[in-house]
Amino acid sequence: MSVTRQAHPAQRPGEIPEATRLQLFRLQVEIRHCEKRAYDLFLQNLVKGTSHLALGQEAVAAGFAAAMNKDDYTFCTYRGHHHTLARGASMLSVLGELMGRQCGLMKGKGGSMHLTSVEHGVMGSYAIVGAHLPIAAGAAWSAQYRGTKQVAVAFFGDGATNIGAFHEALNLAAVWKLPVIFCCENNLYMEYTPISQVTAVKHPAADRAASYGLARQVIDGNDADIVYSTARDAIAKARSGGGPSLIECLTYRHSGHSRADPAKYRPKEELEEWLKRDPVALYRSRLLAEGIAEAKLAQIEAESMAKLEQATETAKASPTPAVESAMTDVWADGGNAWRN
Amino acid sequence: MAQLSYRDAVAAGIAQEMRRDERVVLFGEDTAAAGGVFKTTVGLFEEFGPKRVKDTPISELAILGAAMGAAMTGLRPVAEIMFSDFLACCWDYVANEIAKTRYMSDGQITLPLVIRTANGGGARFGAQHSQSVENWAMAIPGIKVVAPSTPADAKGLLAAAIRDPDPVVFFEHKSLLADKGEVPEGEHVEALGRAKVLREGKDVTIIALAAMVPRALKAAEALAAESGIQATVIDVRSLVPLDARTLLEHSARTGRVFTVEENPRLCGWGAEIASIIQEEVFSALKGPVVRITTPHVPLPASDRLEDAVMPSAVRIATEVKRALDSKRAA
Repeated sequence: MSVTRQAHPAQRPGEIPEATRLQLFRLQVEIRHCEKRAYDLFLQNLVKGTSHLALGQEAVAAGFAAAMNKDDYTFCTYRGHHHTLARGASMLSVLGELMGRQCGLMKGKGGSMHLTSVEHGVMGSYAIVGAHLPIAAGAAWSAQYRGTKQVAVAFFGDGATNIGAFHEALNLAAVWKLPVIFCCENNLYMEYTPISQVTAVKHPAADRAASYGLARQVIDGNDADIVYSTARDAIAKARSGGGPSLIECLTYRHSGHSRADPAKYRPKEELEEWLKRDPVALYRSRLLAEGIAEAKLAQIEAESMAKLEQATETAKASPTPAVESAMTDVWADGGNAWRN
Repeated sequence: MAQLSYRDAVAAGIAQEMRRDERVVLFGEDTAAAGGVFKTTVGLFEEFGPKRVKDTPISELAILGAAMGAAMTGLRPVAEIMFSDFLACCWDYVANEIAKTRYMSDGQITLPLVIRTANGGGARFGAQHSQSVENWAMAIPGIKVVAPSTPADAKGLLAAAIRDPDPVVFFEHKSLLADKGEVPEGEHVEALGRAKVLREGKDVTIIALAAMVPRALKAAEALAAESGIQATVIDVRSLVPLDARTLLEHSARTGRVFTVEENPRLCGWGAEIASIIQEEVFSALKGPVVRITTPHVPLPASDRLEDAVMPSAVRIATEVKRALDSKRAA
């Protein structure tokens, strides 16, 4: 499938400050390194259960995170490592959670599919497809009610556009003019099935925008500059009371749906074409072509790798949580008592 | 004390909390301008305005999802799901999202929210608008479950639910809405997790919830008048947290225990209570715990049929006498 490049009108990469572009590069590199390490740790049986990697989708996470304020809200799906890292959660806290260790973000009580870091604005990763869209709308409503100018962003896959919660959230957000951005990462597959085979329209998110009185936006989700400038504009609109946006980012996951999926259902040519459009490699080439020194980029990569090695070793050495912690925090008093 | 109907007491409880805490917001289908299809929110839109009292589309997923997102970011939402049967439309939020997020996030996220819903039979609405689903909610760790039987408790327990830092499903019983009773004037807040002993008698203990409470009381009076059987009647009020201590104390005292449940038979709340009682005060029992429930059928619409299947005061009294007689016969 070829990608229709529909640059957002505001896309003028030259207008993005160099510091931001280096940040976009750094975030993408760190996510790429960390996701690959998560896969390695899975092969070593140090990550158990399941994990859903976002290899290939780094530009969406980096572009949005760089455009958000520290107190804005992120809501992720079970494929949420990249967004959690992009908002500033440490590699150690993410890898530790994947490994079920005490140093994990939720000390092993949530796991890969539920990464949460409230201090970084990551208000949870939700493993029931589409469930977090209404929740993000609620957080946006709260921000609107409290007058804080905060914005909520919900990231979801193409598959989520066919579930009822998508419709209910979009409609409510439009009716209440909520400061929320719905960002569809269209990676062309809902789990193992091509999204085109199970969806009535070509663009599963954007082609439905008109139903909610919203503009149709399809962008190249593998171009961090385009994602950043689109996110920046949508966030500014939401912050100033202009209501929600629905943005469809075209992207591709380099690996299967989950760790159990070798993704053999994908045509070889399609995979090759998308690998050529690897967002991290593309961004590196662009920065080089625009005059940023090779040494500068290599330094960012080396720093990321050093951070990753340190996080991996620390996570491996971290103890598993105390068994007693399985009985805590059902209720706000910290306990689990249901009777006297 | 003021005489209030159960439905007016619900509105009074919400109003009391909205006056004292700006974070409390109320929303649902027809909840604002119309005052609720059951007229349980009359006057609130007028008093608190469209920012705090909102009508939603018919979108149960959005209602509970929005409540959750608002609760985790500083509000204290009170969301209305019109009929408790409709909880099935948004059960993901109750069972998977709201109940588990505090635990999964290792306490990073707290969800002080209330899901109010009209529960129960007796209104001849048929099988999709009449269910008693409190036992669905109590099966899920992380959700508190409250069901008042009187106007005073409708106000006081609802106020407590709104102040509680955890999510509460609050079941308002449709067939009690017109009932009037004394409600304390001024601030009135009850504690969650406390059963109420409404009548003390030495022979049997009858444990009931919501609309079954007045029926149990009526049965107790009939038993006393017609058979000289003295019954203790306890209103459970809150299934989670459960006041097991009070139930156990009075079960042990009489040795004869009956639960009166509107829910269909299988896995009704009384099964859990019966289990706790036999496990903890078995030696004090003079006979098996008897569960009086709606049979395991969907609720029929016809008044004659609905009345036949729901536990009535006559059926409660009959079951109590039968159990005592069979014991004497043995």
